[in-house]
Parts: sequence; C-alpha cells; structure tokens
Amino acid sequence: MMPKPTKRSAVLLILASLMAGTAAWADTTTTITLHDGKFDPAELTLPAKVRSRIVVRNQDSLPAEFESYSLSREVLVPPHGEVSFFVGPAEPGRYEYFNDFNHDMKGVVIFDTRAEGH
Amino acid sequence: MLATAIILFREVLEAALIIAIVLSATRGVVGRTRWVLIGVGAGLSGAAGVAALATTAASLLSGEGQALLNAGILLTAVGMLTWHNVWMSAHARELKAELNAVGADVQSGTKPLMALTLITAMAVMREGSEAVLFLWAIATGGAGSSAMGLGALVGVGAGVLAGVLLYRGLLRIPLRHFFTVTSWLILFLAAGLSAQAAGFLNQAGVVPALGHGLWNTSDWLDQNSLPGQLLHVLLGYVASPSGIQILFYLATLFIILLLMYRPRWRSM
Repeated sequence: MMPKPTKRSAVLLILASLMAGTAAWADTTTTITLHDGKFDPAELTLPAKVRSRIVVRNQDSLPAEFESYSLSREVLVPPHGEVSFFVGPAEPGRYEYFNDFNHDMKGVVIFDTRAEGH
Repeated sequence: MLATAIILFREVLEAALIIAIVLSATRGVVGRTRWVLIGVGAGLSGAAGVAALATTAASLLSGEGQALLNAGILLTAVGMLTWHNVWMSAHARELKAELNAVGADVQSGTKPLMALTLITAMAVMREGSEAVLFLWAIATGGAGSSAMGLGALVGVGAGVLAGVLLYRGLLRIPLRHFFTVTSWLILFLAAGLSAQAAGFLNQAGVVPALGHGLWNTSDWLDQNSLPGQLLHVLLGYVASPSGIQILFYLATLFIILLLMYRPRWRSM
C-alpha cells in the first residue's frame, strides 16, 4: 500500500499546476517601445485567459522603470536596453502602468477575453 | 529639479525606513552602528555593481534575471528579519532588563549583528541600484544636470531625514513596550517584503499570479501618495495586490509568528 497517497497526489497536483503556469512555449510576446519620452503603443490589448510576455525596449538615453500597481510589476529598463517579463492571466479590464522615473509617461494594458491568445 | 528630488526620495525612503526599524530593534546591542555602516557600504557597492551590470551586460538582467535578483535580495532580507525576530523573542527580556538596570549597551554576541548587516545591505542594494542608474543618466545627460544634481541631493537628504525621524520616534516608546513594538514592526516589514518578492517571482514567470489586482483601494489610499508609500514600507500596503502576493504576505506572517511563539525553536 502506498504511504499517504492523498498527500503525494496533492504535491503532484501543485507541481503540475506550477509547471502549467510557467509553460514557456505557450507565451505570446508583445513589444512596447519607449521613445521620445512615450510608451508606444500606449494602449495594448492582451488575451485575458493566458499568460503573455511583454518586452519593453528603451530607445531613449534615460533609464526608465516600467511600473504598474494593479499588475504588481516593477521593471528597470536601462537606456538603449530592453527587458522582458510576464503578465496575466488576468480578469478582463484596464491595468494602468507608468514610468516610475517620470510619472508623465504612462500607458495601459487591456486584458480582453476575445483577444487572440496564440 | 523637483521631479528628480521626488524620485530619489522615493528610492531612499524604503531603505532608510528599513534601517531605522532594524537599528531601533537592536537597541542596546554593542557595535550595531558599525555593522549597519558595513551593511550600507556593502549595499552601495552592490547597487553600483547591479547598475553597471544593467547597462553593460544588458542580456543578463534583461530577461528574468532582473526579477529573480530582486526576489532573491528581498527573500534574503525576509529570512534575516525572521531570524532577528525569533532571536529577539528569546533575548528581549534580558536586553530589556539590562537596559533598565544600567542604561548601557549589552554584549550579546554577533548573531543579530550579522543579520543586521545583511538586512541593511539588501535594502540599500535594492533601492540603490535604481537610484545609481538614474543618477548615472543625469551625470551623463549634460544640459540641466546641475539642477538635477541638486534635486538628487535634496531627495536623498529628505529620505534619510525620514529614516532619522522614524528612529527618533521609535526610541521614545517606553522600554516596557519597546521590543514588542519593534518586533511587530519587523513582522509586518518582513511580510511586506515577501509580498514584493512574490510580485517579482511572478514577473519572472516562476509562480502564477493567482489573479492580478484582486481588489483596488487606490481611491481610498493611493499607493503613490506619501502616506501610501509609508504604509507600503511599514505594513506592506499594496493598493491592488495579486493573489500570489496575498498568499506570500499571509504565509510569512504565519511562519514568523509560529517561530516566535514556539519555545522549542527559540534556541536558534
């Protein structure tokens, strides 16, 4: 008889769901370019039900910090550099972000159930 | 100038408040100032290193590296704060007794001091690397850089002042309540840092978000306002948290409380 089968299967279930959550092959990548003190595009629509990868490419000579309170993201983008990170899945709606080094620069990520996932 | 001052103030504030709390919490321990200064020095070197890495070897910190590094720094700090609180739950009584009796410093070994140095170094390194990168851009920016330099100085000064004020304020707490207050402060500080770490782990795709922005209290208290910032550092206030952050916050609270109030763990 297997010792404590329920505990073992619970652990397996957790591991499996964690792996499902980090499955790299399922991610679509979208790029936001930062140039002339603006995020471009300033409004981005992503599928609500899956995880997506966002690349922020900084073409300006000042560093930026892509920050969003509602997405709990905080990403340093060096001058003429780029970073990538994950967002979602999320409830459909508007999630605002800004440049923490210059609060006049802002944008929004829209999670939409109808958007193409893959 | 004002914009620069505000940015630098925000970067310095978190580290300054954390140092103020741990400095108060180790009140009466011999040599703590020196260990904190070592921590500040190590943190600044680390911050400069991270900033240099972020600009020269962009690839290393361009993907998940940056988020994982931040999560690692934060979780190290959480571990050290936990250790401190568990240690204090066993030794606060002696410290209090000796402070009462002679009003002098207490020799109590190097255990909490190492934790103190590491917490300081981590706090300075995390916020400092952003500040260093920002300042570096100003320094190489040319036009208007002297006004921005002045703004930076004002911002750093104001952040340090906030730390000093908190430290002075905490020292006014009567001794019989003192270590109770500081250990609760450290408890919430650790939980808040743990929630921040969860955000970074999710950013790197290591853990699921379990829902972004489960609620939003921005209208009630804007996280970007000064009270919002203070509560963010002190209690881990997040206006619009992800599920994984709430989970990390509660789990950290629970684990530290468990360790503090279980006598057989106290010999750690």
